[in-house]
Amino acid sequence: MFDNYILPVLIIAGAGLLCAVVLVVASKFMAVKVDERYAKLRGALPGVNCGACGYSGCDQYAKALNEDPNVKTNLCVPGADAVSREISSILGVDFADVEEQYAIVKCGGNCHSTEYIMDYEGPQTCEACNAFFQGRSSCSHACLGFGDCVAECKYDAIHVIDGVAYVDKDKCVGCGMCARKCPNHLIQIIDARSHVYVGCSSHDKGAYTRKVCKSGCIGCKKCEKTCPSGAITVDNNLASVDPAKCTNCGACVAVCPTGAIKSHLED
Amino acid sequence: METFKSLLVILITAILTQNFILNKFLGICPFLGVSKKLDSSVGMSVAVIFVMLMSTAVTWPIQTYLLDPYNLGYLQTVIFILIIAALVQLIEIILKKYIPALHQALGVYLPLITTNCAVLGVTILNITEGYGFWESMVNSLGAGLGFMLAMVLFSGVRSRAESDQIPSCFKGMPITLIAASIVAVAFMGFNGVVDGLFK
Repeated sequence: MFDNYILPVLIIAGAGLLCAVVLVVASKFMAVKVDERYAKLRGALPGVNCGACGYSGCDQYAKALNEDPNVKTNLCVPGADAVSREISSILGVDFADVEEQYAIVKCGGNCHSTEYIMDYEGPQTCEACNAFFQGRSSCSHACLGFGDCVAECKYDAIHVIDGVAYVDKDKCVGCGMCARKCPNHLIQIIDARSHVYVGCSSHDKGAYTRKVCKSGCIGCKKCEKTCPSGAITVDNNLASVDPAKCTNCGACVAVCPTGAIKSHLED
Repeated sequence: METFKSLLVILITAILTQNFILNKFLGICPFLGVSKKLDSSVGMSVAVIFVMLMSTAVTWPIQTYLLDPYNLGYLQTVIFILIIAALVQLIEIILKKYIPALHQALGVYLPLITTNCAVLGVTILNITEGYGFWESMVNSLGAGLGFMLAMVLFSGVRSRAESDQIPSCFKGMPITLIAASIVAVAFMGFNGVVDGLFK
């Protein structure tokens, strides 16, 4: 009777009780204190680990904020003002405005304006394709169109349309993860207040650019002459807009013969 | 010398011919779930080796000195699961307190192992094979190393499969399962290797 019925029950119950007691004692004696303020700061951050703040992830930024009072509270670009305000209130310091940014793709070579020169069938990533003779496009500065940036984006803000990546400005938070991923370095993070940008990265001579792509910058300097505020300079066959001087007037967009200068003014 | 040789045979058998994942089909869940990246598969494997050794060291004496004398072998599964789960929790608490770096590396994998069938499997197989204490420990180590070998090899296979052009109906889990079966077939080639090594 005892051996067959009561002993097994006692053994199981005893083992369970012993385990429970050991765990309770262990968790009491070896409890690790989690800093409450750190937990709050970490909770306030978005948690995408994009690295736009300059730290390797949200954990590290929260740690730095908690330990060093000199760390700025407005470094989180994806979180924008809301997160900055929350961090400031947790730390009890003055709120600082976040300079909002967004990504632009400096290539307009879609399937209507340029052509592929090879039938690429290797691994379907931009990085791999770019390793073969600088990509499949006739222009070596072109968007490769496999969407490494699309896979990297946590906000569904970038998409490949007609073979070129396009950024949805409303969704983009300017974290810069796509910019670090692009093997051709076509993506740039710019101030959210500037709406005009040059959608081309080719430093090739105008005649060559014209031959391989209908919407590339040919370095004609029309925009440089037209710009009333002197914000555009053409250097090495490629125009560039200085966001500090640009007034978003859109005069350059109107005169550009190839449509390489793009703007978000009309949308 | 003779005991050393028999331990070596047990170790190599557990790693290659009786591989836990690819031959016994235990621990398939972490094999398919965590093998996407090399570093996470190594982290998971190290945690599994650690827990397998610890739980064997605890469950073997319990079986031999508590259950066997009273003919309570049928309690094996219940009590082993209980012990392993409690042990993993205890290890997690200890690691968190004293070795936070290791806890951060193993942290997410430890709770996953609590009810992992490979860990329960190795402890029960040690008993059914009739191994002594040190033979059991060596067998657990070999099972863990075999787990690691399979995970690391398969993470390589998966990273190749991911960047290749696969028919869309095979994308994701189907091609992973097919690849796993091919790797398992490859491991069948190890049959007889151990006998040949120690002839």
